[in-house]
Amino acid sequence: MPTSPSDPGPRGGAPYDLAVIGAGPAGLAAAVTAADLGLRCALVDAGPRAGGQFYRHPAPELGAAHPERLHHGWETFARLAARLDGHPRITHLPDRQVWTAGRRADGWRLHLTGHHQGPDAPPGEVLDAAAVLLATGAYERQLPFPGWTLPGVVTAGGAQAMLKSGLVLPGRRVVVAGSGPLLLAAASSLVTAGAAVPAVVEATDYLGYARGLKTLAANPAKLVEGAQHGAALLRHGVRLRRRSAVVEAHGTDRVTAVTVARLDRDWRPVPGTERRIACDAVAVGHGLVPQIELATELGADTRATPDGTVALAVDAEQRTSLPGLYAAGETCGVGGADLALAEGVLAAHAVAGRPAPAGARRRRDRRRAFAELMAAAHRPGTGWTGWLTPETDVCRCEEVTAARITEAVEELGARDARTVKLLTRAGMGWCQGRMCGPAVACLAGGPHPSHPPRPDSRPLACPVPLARLADLGEAEL
Amino acid sequence: MARTPADLVGAEPAPAHHIEFDGRPVPALPGQTIAAALWAEGITAWRTTRVGGRPRGAFCGIGVCFDCLATVNGRPNQRTCLLPARPGDTVTTQEGHGRADLAV
Repeated sequence: MPTSPSDPGPRGGAPYDLAVIGAGPAGLAAAVTAADLGLRCALVDAGPRAGGQFYRHPAPELGAAHPERLHHGWETFARLAARLDGHPRITHLPDRQVWTAGRRADGWRLHLTGHHQGPDAPPGEVLDAAAVLLATGAYERQLPFPGWTLPGVVTAGGAQAMLKSGLVLPGRRVVVAGSGPLLLAAASSLVTAGAAVPAVVEATDYLGYARGLKTLAANPAKLVEGAQHGAALLRHGVRLRRRSAVVEAHGTDRVTAVTVARLDRDWRPVPGTERRIACDAVAVGHGLVPQIELATELGADTRATPDGTVALAVDAEQRTSLPGLYAAGETCGVGGADLALAEGVLAAHAVAGRPAPAGARRRRDRRRAFAELMAAAHRPGTGWTGWLTPETDVCRCEEVTAARITEAVEELGARDARTVKLLTRAGMGWCQGRMCGPAVACLAGGPHPSHPPRPDSRPLACPVPLARLADLGEAEL
Repeated sequence: MARTPADLVGAEPAPAHHIEFDGRPVPALPGQTIAAALWAEGITAWRTTRVGGRPRGAFCGIGVCFDCLATVNGRPNQRTCLLPARPGDTVTTQEGHGRADLAV
C-alpha cells in the first residue's frame, strides 16, 4: 500500500490545508505566502531543489559562488528560498511528481511518485489536502524541421536548464532558433557562459508588439529585461536574424550545420534565401505549452491562448472551475516569472480566505496583458509546414514522418490529431505527444479559430510503475 | 569574459568522481546529472531509436521528452537528464526499447 508522508492534521480532515504542486516562482510564492497566513502547506516538486525551471540552479556540491550570473531576478528567489527554509508550516517534498489526483469528500488526494522507477524505487506516497494549487509550469513547444532529431539539437529551454543546473553546454557553437522571448534569454546565457552563438534566428519580426504600445508602456520592467538580453548579445557580436527560421539541420551522427531561410508573413520559407551556418549544437523552441494535465483530467475548464496553446481558465482569485483547485503561473497561460509570482501570492490569499493585496492584483493584471500581447506576437504562422520534407520525423518517439501524417489526413480522412494518432501512432510514445502534439494538430488541419485546440487528455501525468497502479484500490482515487 | 559555465558562476566544485559510459570512464562532478556529465565530455548521443536505429541524446533537459533514456546500472529507460550521476554508475547506450533481455 502507498504510504502517506503526513499524519491527519490536528483539526481533522485533510492533514494539509494546501498542497502546492511545483516549486517554481508561482508555487514557491504561493507556499510561503499561504504558510505565513497560517495554512499548513505541502510543497511537492519534481526538482531536487526549489526554484523550478526559471530559478533552476546548481547543486551545492558544484560550489557556485555566483549562481545569480545565470539568472534574472535572483534576489527575489533568494528571499523566497530563505522564507521556505525551515518554515514551520511547510513540508517541502522534492524529487516527486504527482501522477494522478482525485477528489475526496474533504478535499483532494494526490498520488506521488519519484523519477526513479526501478524495483528499489521508494514506495508511492499519497497526500491529502483541503485545497490544491497547480503550479506545474510549462514545457517548450516544438515545430519539427528536417534534421531536428540529430544529437546536438536541443530545446532552447533545455540548453538553459542543463547550463543552470549542470554548468554544461550542448556544444561550442550554438545556433539559437525558434520564436519568443526565451530565445533571447537562452542565447544571452549561452554566450555569457562561453559558447559562441553564430546567430539567433527568430521567426517573427517583433512588429506584433507594436499593436500594444499601452501594454508595453505599462510594463517597463519587461522592456528593460529584453534590453538587457539584447545588450549581452550585442556585446558578444551575436547576430539576430528576424523573420527567419532554421529549416534544416545537417549531420549524420550529430549536427554540424544548419540552413537558415527567410520567412514570409505566414512563416513560409522564401526560396533562394537559404544560408548555411556551421555549428555543433542548435537550441530551438517556439514558446511554451502550459503543463496542465492533472487539472484537465479532473475536468477543469480551459481557454485558448493567443499563441494557440491551451491554458487553465481561472477567475480573478486564481480559482479553476473545480472547487478547491487553484492554478498560478504558466498553467494559466505563459507569462513569465513576475506574473507567476503575483499569481502565486493571489492564489495563497484566496485559499486562506483573505482579501487579495491590491499591489499583487495590479501587477498580475499588467503582466497578464503583456503575456497576451507577447503570445499574439509570437503565434506560429501556418506556413511553417513549408519547411517539412516527407521524410521529416514529426513524432520523435514513434518516428512518424510527415508523409505518414499527410497520408492519414489526405487519404485516410483524419480530421484531428486524435484520429491521426490512432492511424499513425504519432503522440503515442514515451513523451505522450508533449513534443509533437502541436505540430500534429496543425498538420491535421487545426487548431483553427473556429476549432480552438482541445486540451490533451492523459490519465497519468508521468510514468508510474504498474505495481503502483496495482496497489490502488478503486476507492483510493 | 567567462570561458566556461563554471568560470562564469565562480564554481569550486567538490572533487569529480567517475561513471562508466559504454566501458570508458567519464568524470562527473557531484551534483551533475548523468546527461550533464556526458555533455561535459562532448557526448551527445546515448540511445538508438527502436525503428530507425538513429542516435539520440538529451533534448528537453527537463524530463518531459524522454529522448535522453539510457540503461543505467543495467536498468533501461532511465531519464538521464533527471538522474544524478553517482560514483561508479555504469551507463550503456540503450538500443531500441532497452528490453533485449526480455526478447520482446
